[in-house]
Amino acid sequence: MLKILKYSFFDLVRSRWSYVYLLFYLALGFTLLFLNNDLSKAVITLMNIIIVLVPLIGTIFGVMYYYNSREFTELLIAQPIKRSSIFLGQYLGVAGSLALSLILGLGIPFIFYGLFKSAAIWDFVLLLYTGAFLTFIFTALSLNIAIYNENRIKGFGYAILMWLFFAVLYDGIFLLSLIIFEDYPLDTFSLTATLLNPIDLSRTLILLKLDISALLGYTGAVFKSFFGTLLGFGISIMMLVVWTLIPVFTYLRKARKKDF
Amino acid sequence: MKIAGSILFCFLNLNLLFAQPTRIEVCNNCETSRLIAALQMASRYDTIILKPGIYREYNIVIDKPITLLGEGEAVIDGENKGEVLKVVSDSVHLEGFKIINVGTSYTTDYAAIRIEKSRYFKIRNVRLEKLFFGIYLEKAADGEVIGNTIIGDAVEEFNSGNGIQLWYCKNVKVIDNRVEQVRDGIYLEFSDNIEIENNISSHNVRYGLHFMFSNNDSYRGNTFEDNGAGVAVMFSKHINMSGNTFKKNWGAASFGLLLKEINDAQIIGNTFEENTIGINIEGSNRIQYRNNEFISNGWALKVRGACYTNTFTDNNFLYNSFDISYNSKINDNIFEQNYWSNYSGYDLDRDGIGDVPYRPVKLFSYIVNRTPETIVLLRSLFMDIIDFSEKVSPVFTPDNLLDAKPRMKRLL
Repeated sequence: MLKILKYSFFDLVRSRWSYVYLLFYLALGFTLLFLNNDLSKAVITLMNIIIVLVPLIGTIFGVMYYYNSREFTELLIAQPIKRSSIFLGQYLGVAGSLALSLILGLGIPFIFYGLFKSAAIWDFVLLLYTGAFLTFIFTALSLNIAIYNENRIKGFGYAILMWLFFAVLYDGIFLLSLIIFEDYPLDTFSLTATLLNPIDLSRTLILLKLDISALLGYTGAVFKSFFGTLLGFGISIMMLVVWTLIPVFTYLRKARKKDF
Repeated sequence: MKIAGSILFCFLNLNLLFAQPTRIEVCNNCETSRLIAALQMASRYDTIILKPGIYREYNIVIDKPITLLGEGEAVIDGENKGEVLKVVSDSVHLEGFKIINVGTSYTTDYAAIRIEKSRYFKIRNVRLEKLFFGIYLEKAADGEVIGNTIIGDAVEEFNSGNGIQLWYCKNVKVIDNRVEQVRDGIYLEFSDNIEIENNISSHNVRYGLHFMFSNNDSYRGNTFEDNGAGVAVMFSKHINMSGNTFKKNWGAASFGLLLKEINDAQIIGNTFEENTIGINIEGSNRIQYRNNEFISNGWALKVRGACYTNTFTDNNFLYNSFDISYNSKINDNIFEQNYWSNYSGYDLDRDGIGDVPYRPVKLFSYIVNRTPETIVLLRSLFMDIIDFSEKVSPVFTPDNLLDAKPRMKRLL
């Protein structure tokens, strides 16, 4: 498995797309900090970008890589290697290289502008941490879609739809249900609804760390008392892990049974 | 003999008239070691000097015009037993000493210094620590409270007092004081023509400054920072608020400035920075807001209703999460020539005024007003999208609430 991982990882790291991705984040980080020297403000702006772009790029990359490397995968399957190690290796290779681009691309400019001396370091670490998790989650989800759909066009379509659902539609449904049921106590509901969407979960985690929680008023106090405690923080990290493990598991199960 | 007698009498009288005010010193090995004794000895317009040392006395009453000066570290220790200094005479001048350990009570408002029904008083450079009420002016007039430092240790509202309290006062100047960690930094009730300038009021449990039923007052150049709820101005008329700084009042029920039933006031050149709500406005009419800066607040302005004919001109709104929250569809207030950092219009004729009007009320702030829980969706992509569509064609937000002449550049 390690060999496959290493192969797909280096294959991707050497590929043009990884460089483009890395350069994009480098440019983004440097321009942000050039325009605004305040690290903590830059963290907020970055958050807006990360919770939208990282899942999108993870989704597209995952689908693209699966369809592109299909022939090579078939070749590998013909070899005496366990299927699970082939597919797990590929998954970790894709998600790992994307996460590395993200961390390097944003880390370098921030270190350049004195991250280690700044109080924003933990916010930034949390930002990269959730960013990396979002990459792993959405790559796994998109690989699932790809392996279930032989038709590339359909696969791409579903993948984009999936991203659209989590990034936009989910919040729309969330908002509507909050307004429709406004007469009822909604604290537990909004907490659960937040936990069930990795993008919302990441957004809330970062927002609450960014001193903006007072703005959230009473609801914010409920959230703060949940996410602010070690237990709540642990649960939300656990949720991110669960969000990664479930799609990886279904992906591997399908890969084991699939007739290539 | 009779003539000689009258001459002698005149002479004595003259002597009395031109008598130099005597100085009475109080210290451990002076003639008197107690302030109360010195006050009894003193005659009108004498000066009492408190030499360095600790004087364990309370319930001290000053009932004649006197100057009381502290030298070095002169400390009056109330030993938590009750009120420390009470002035019931006009023209008393207190300066340069320190009062500690004022008694706490749930039935009586014990103060470090109480001025009662007196005029022409001066309180300068006095330091108050471990107190209940600090300087309590009761039906006093024509006085000054300048350069004092009041540092309390209040934790909760119910068992703490106010730093400087004015009750039924007139023509008092409160200047250059520093008030920390009390209930209300400065509190005014039924007090008119009060000038409050260049004070620093911070870390107080409730309000930095609190107005109730007080008219024709002004406060300028003060700094209010990190107070429990900010500054509250209620039920008052003709208040001039200018050049103040309201900073870091963060909290679920916090605001920089609360206006409730305020009419005909002017709010000019103030800075509101990093407050949950910059100004919370309720039932306030005919107020001019000019040249203020609203920087990085949660809500810059929260208009709660019953606010008519207010004008907001030449203000800077910079990086607030919400510029304005408005809870009705009727708008009678004027927004003009402000700078909004969220403005994304253009200026083709290059006159410094944007060609497209700016709508400061976002759909999201309307929704949050209706269902406060929805604020969990702050900064989500969905909200940005619906905000954009509302901006293009307003349906829910008052369509005449707009700045028709938004500035392109920040006002300096």
